[in-house]
Amino acid sequence: METNLKIQDELLLKMYKDMVLCRTLDERIWMLNRQGKAAIMASSQGHEAGQIGSVAALRKGYDQCYIYYRDLAVLLTLGLTPAEIIKGFVAKEGEPLSGARQFPTHGAHPEYGVINLSNVIATHIPQAVGAALTAKMKKEDRVIVAYFGDGASSAGDCHEAMNFAAIHKLPIIFFCENNGYAISVPLSKQMAVANVAARAEGYGMPGIEIDGCDIVAVYETTVEAVTRARAGLGPTLIEANVERYLPHTSDDDDSIYRSSQEIEEAKKRDPLRLLREQLLERKILDLKEDNYIHESAKEIVNKATEEAENAPYPGTTDFFKHVYAE
Amino acid sequence: MAVITVLEAIREAMREEMRNDDRVFIMGEDIGARGGVFLATEGFLSEFGEERIIDTPLAESSIAGIALGAAMSGLRPIAEIEFADFIWPTINQIVGEAAKVRYGTEGKLNAPMVLRAPQGGGVRGALYHSQSVEAIFAHTPGLKVVTPSTPYDAKGLLKSSIRDDDPVIFLEHKRTYRLVKGEVPDQEYTIPLGKADVKKLGEDISIITYGLMVHHCLEAAQMASLENISVEVLDLRTVRPLDMESIINTVKKTGKTLIVYEDNQALGIGSEVSALISQHAFEYLDAPVIRLGGPEVPAMPFSPPLENMFMIDAEKISTAIKELAEY
Repeated sequence: METNLKIQDELLLKMYKDMVLCRTLDERIWMLNRQGKAAIMASSQGHEAGQIGSVAALRKGYDQCYIYYRDLAVLLTLGLTPAEIIKGFVAKEGEPLSGARQFPTHGAHPEYGVINLSNVIATHIPQAVGAALTAKMKKEDRVIVAYFGDGASSAGDCHEAMNFAAIHKLPIIFFCENNGYAISVPLSKQMAVANVAARAEGYGMPGIEIDGCDIVAVYETTVEAVTRARAGLGPTLIEANVERYLPHTSDDDDSIYRSSQEIEEAKKRDPLRLLREQLLERKILDLKEDNYIHESAKEIVNKATEEAENAPYPGTTDFFKHVYAE
Repeated sequence: MAVITVLEAIREAMREEMRNDDRVFIMGEDIGARGGVFLATEGFLSEFGEERIIDTPLAESSIAGIALGAAMSGLRPIAEIEFADFIWPTINQIVGEAAKVRYGTEGKLNAPMVLRAPQGGGVRGALYHSQSVEAIFAHTPGLKVVTPSTPYDAKGLLKSSIRDDDPVIFLEHKRTYRLVKGEVPDQEYTIPLGKADVKKLGEDISIITYGLMVHHCLEAAQMASLENISVEVLDLRTVRPLDMESIINTVKKTGKTLIVYEDNQALGIGSEVSALISQHAFEYLDAPVIRLGGPEVPAMPFSPPLENMFMIDAEKISTAIKELAEY
């Protein structure tokens, strides 16, 4: 897209550090699963540029993100600590989103403006539209982002939500992280059109397809959509084409439906590697600092793992609490 | 005290709450210029404007889902489903999502929303304009389900529902809308959710019921009194939470219980009430607890003799009363 935005070196470096931390954390959680310590994990590896680049365009703690289960980097960059996140995966006390009542990464953190209510695909998209309706009715310039995968784009709730948001010009961004698979079902069996973004025209809003592994493109596109939304010009559908390097979840076996060559091919556009190369080339980063960034991330994740593993399980005394207002 | 219909009571409750609290708004099909297919929101568009009276596309799942998102972010939506028969697309957003908001976020979020729908039969509505849907929602902790019978109750309960901090399913029997009239105080009042109401005192038999059936039960109770059978009629008003204390009290008093409801009998509200009675008041019972509910067909048919076969009326209730009295 045409843009005059110039992303600052400092921001780019910050996003790289976030991405390294997220990848390190993601790999650790996958390992915890393989060690039998984390019951379930949906990896974000390959999605990080889409998530970090879009969050960077938001006003943290003011704008709201309705996320789905593969949005580890959104949670991390909005403010959850690695220890809090790992506590979710090992279901320990102190997990801040649901008190370990829900699957990891699910629940809500109102101060950070992040909501991930349900495991049911696409149900959060109308809810996000409801939050955007609130912003409009209260005359706040808050922007809502609904994150979802290509799989969710087929659900009726997605259609109903987009239609309503466009009619009322609501301040929302529909951010589709298209990794080409709904668990095992490839894009060709999910839709007859070339991309999700094309549908936006049918709702009367802009639809923009971008390379979701290019963090600069993601950031700049999201900034434009945020500007539109804040100005009361209505919703935007952004389709960020990302990659999924691991199976759908730790319970899935992708070798049944995906060739290793295809995954190797996808790794050529690993968002972490692409950003690293760009930073090195532009001399925003040198090898020494890069090494330090990786070592720091490992240290943070090691400490977080230890803290989470040593934390107790939640007590059962509050089991019946929070069913109704008390 | 003005005498008004159930429909007018509902309209008044919403109008008063919208005047009192600018977080309250209504969304639904045909509620704007049309004023709702039953005219529950007649005149609202001109008083409150398009921002607070939102005519939606015909898309019930998103009516519920958008209302839920608005509720979680600080507003108090009333979502109207045009007929309860069209409520099934909302199950995912209401049973699946709204009911679990508070529990699944450890109380960090809540969903103060009302889902209103006209339900029930006896109006030649056939399979898709006659259904009763309370049991499906009442099964789920996290939801409240209200089934008013009179204008006084409808107004007071709806005002409480709008002010409630949890999701409330408010099911209005459409046969009562214009048929049932009653006195409503001129001054402000509310009725707490979860409190049943004795609509008629009696000694020999307790009828536990709710919604339109309250009126048929009162008629049957009147007929029974001519045969010296004294019937107490307890109106549950709210089917979740159930008012255990009132249920057990009336059973203790009479020892004979008839539960009357229009919804399909099996696995319905009466099944739960019956189980509670046998568990908590067994030693007070002089006869088995009898349920008189909808028959084992999926919904109410169209043609009058078929509809009558489904629908419970005062005559059918009278027969059940006599049988129970003779036990």
